[in-house]
Amino acid sequence: MSFLSIRNLSVRLKGGPPLLRRVSLDVAVGQVRGLVGESGAGKSMIGKAVLGILPPSVEITGGQIVLDGTDLLTLPPKERRRRIGATCALIPQDPLTALNPSHRIGPQITDRLVDILGWTRADANTRARALLEEVQIPNPDRVLRSYPHELSGGMRQRILIASAFAAEPKLIVADEPTTALDVTVQKQILRLIAGMQARHGTALLFVTHDLGVVSKVCQHLSVLYAGMVVEDSAVTDFFAAPRHPYSAALLAATPKYTDPAAGLHPVPDAVIDAVRAEVAAFDAGGR
Amino acid sequence: MGQCRHGVGMAFLRLLAIRLLTTAITLAGVAVIVFVVIRVVPGNPIAMMLPPGATEADIARLSALYGLDQPLVTQFGIWLGGVMQGDFGTSITSRQPVLDLVLGRLPATLELSIMALVMAVILGGAAALTGTRFRGGRREGAIDVANGMALSVPDFLWGLVLILLFGVLWPVFHISGRVSPALDLPFTTNFYLFESLIRLRFDLWADLVAHMFMPALALAIPLAAIIGQLLKQSLKETMNLDYVTLARTKGYGETRVILREALRNAILPTLTLVGVQFTFLIGGTVIIERLFSYEGLGNMAIDAVINRDLPLIQGIVILFAVIFTAVNLIVDLLYAVLNPRLRHA
Repeated sequence: MSFLSIRNLSVRLKGGPPLLRRVSLDVAVGQVRGLVGESGAGKSMIGKAVLGILPPSVEITGGQIVLDGTDLLTLPPKERRRRIGATCALIPQDPLTALNPSHRIGPQITDRLVDILGWTRADANTRARALLEEVQIPNPDRVLRSYPHELSGGMRQRILIASAFAAEPKLIVADEPTTALDVTVQKQILRLIAGMQARHGTALLFVTHDLGVVSKVCQHLSVLYAGMVVEDSAVTDFFAAPRHPYSAALLAATPKYTDPAAGLHPVPDAVIDAVRAEVAAFDAGGR
Repeated sequence: MGQCRHGVGMAFLRLLAIRLLTTAITLAGVAVIVFVVIRVVPGNPIAMMLPPGATEADIARLSALYGLDQPLVTQFGIWLGGVMQGDFGTSITSRQPVLDLVLGRLPATLELSIMALVMAVILGGAAALTGTRFRGGRREGAIDVANGMALSVPDFLWGLVLILLFGVLWPVFHISGRVSPALDLPFTTNFYLFESLIRLRFDLWADLVAHMFMPALALAIPLAAIIGQLLKQSLKETMNLDYVTLARTKGYGETRVILREALRNAILPTLTLVGVQFTFLIGGTVIIERLFSYEGLGNMAIDAVINRDLPLIQGIVILFAVIFTAVNLIVDLLYAVLNPRLRHA
């Protein structure tokens, strides 16, 4: 049973070109779906649409975002916001800009628990402390009293992960959570997210451009090109035999660190032309 | 943490020491400039004191009495020596110590300026928050238009507009003075507004406010527009930052997001500007106090200039300079309090 079910979601720049073309995908309870594609393919846009944080220049032109059986797009804004806040969370891309520089760490983890979910401050503080221990932050009491600028990027990403899991959400959107980090830290953070996800049984929508990451943490994946889902497969099937020529080329283009001699294989022009023709045919077919 | 607090204390003391030193240098410079300028411009204070038909000998005698026949450098030396001992000289027109006169009027001007500042912060803050909340809409457009109008008219013209509106067409406020002369004042200080609150004399407080309201508002309107415009701009920029977006996903509504996440970070650039603009506002009290016959420092300054009361002019200008530097110091300290990143620097 899927916790999140997106059906035929279309999004466009106001008065401009489409950004998502009838996207459909499901994230099952406790499962991880990877969302891959090149820059500008619309992967982050899907996560933003789910969490209700699309930029004002963008509008949803059709489709449904069904969260736990309710289409979010039919709800009044206040109710939608409350429901998203209570059941979903975001792990943002850049830990350096995602924490408020004027607030201490503690309140930034507990704010949702106290303000939205009505916990007592004492309970929320205990919870925050336990979470920081779970993400292996040494000396959590000191960190809770710190300001973001006093902590390293890796530490801040751990805090953001802890904060995302604070209210035991049913769904977490991870928007390229390791892209802004050092390569050495990336691996630890990835392992941390995968471990937390498994322990808490949270459904995860994992936005990334790195197929290596997908193979490690995801059960399913959607491949996007120009806002269109060109392939939706189980990860094991995908790596054994990708169905769409574009996703096959994408897989082939992933550098093999174990075999540097193999060199780089960019996606061939013929494949790009073919998938562009597909998008054009979709647009001509009318929505 | 203990070490950390120690560091903050040291940084604070160093900042204070540097500021006090630069303040002393600034004030010395101001003293020299004022001293020279008011003696170079035409107009002889002695001639103003004597009745028409006084002889040259009378003028010379009185000049000698006030030391005005000495060379400029000697005069400055005498004056500076007095200032070092807290003696700013004697007013030529009223024959009272300058320090007493100036300090007697200072509370009136301070109360007026601070009331104007509070009004400007409230009006400008409300405009900025409303404009941000309804950005891109018609309400933001209306606020921009109002801001533009408020900015393009100087404070004394706003004073005239207010007199016309609330003094003539709908006379709800007093148009002149600081307090109704018929009232019996039990005050021991000249901070009437403050003291009326302390003594719980709300009848007097209401009368004082009815006098101060229009001059304060006239001073506040242009500053409110500046605050409104700058704060709205930085709020709108802040609203696009990642931590604000993250707060939205937590379930906060737009108003909560603006107040909780954006305001404190967006306020810093505005704070610096308000410090500078507040000193302009205090300068503006000179004309506004005249316009509303408000018995403050500014009104006294104009009289002093008309009468060529050199010691009094000097005293007033030095006091204004002290106020300006104090305002700048307060802004710097506030900035450090609001921005945690500066506290450890």
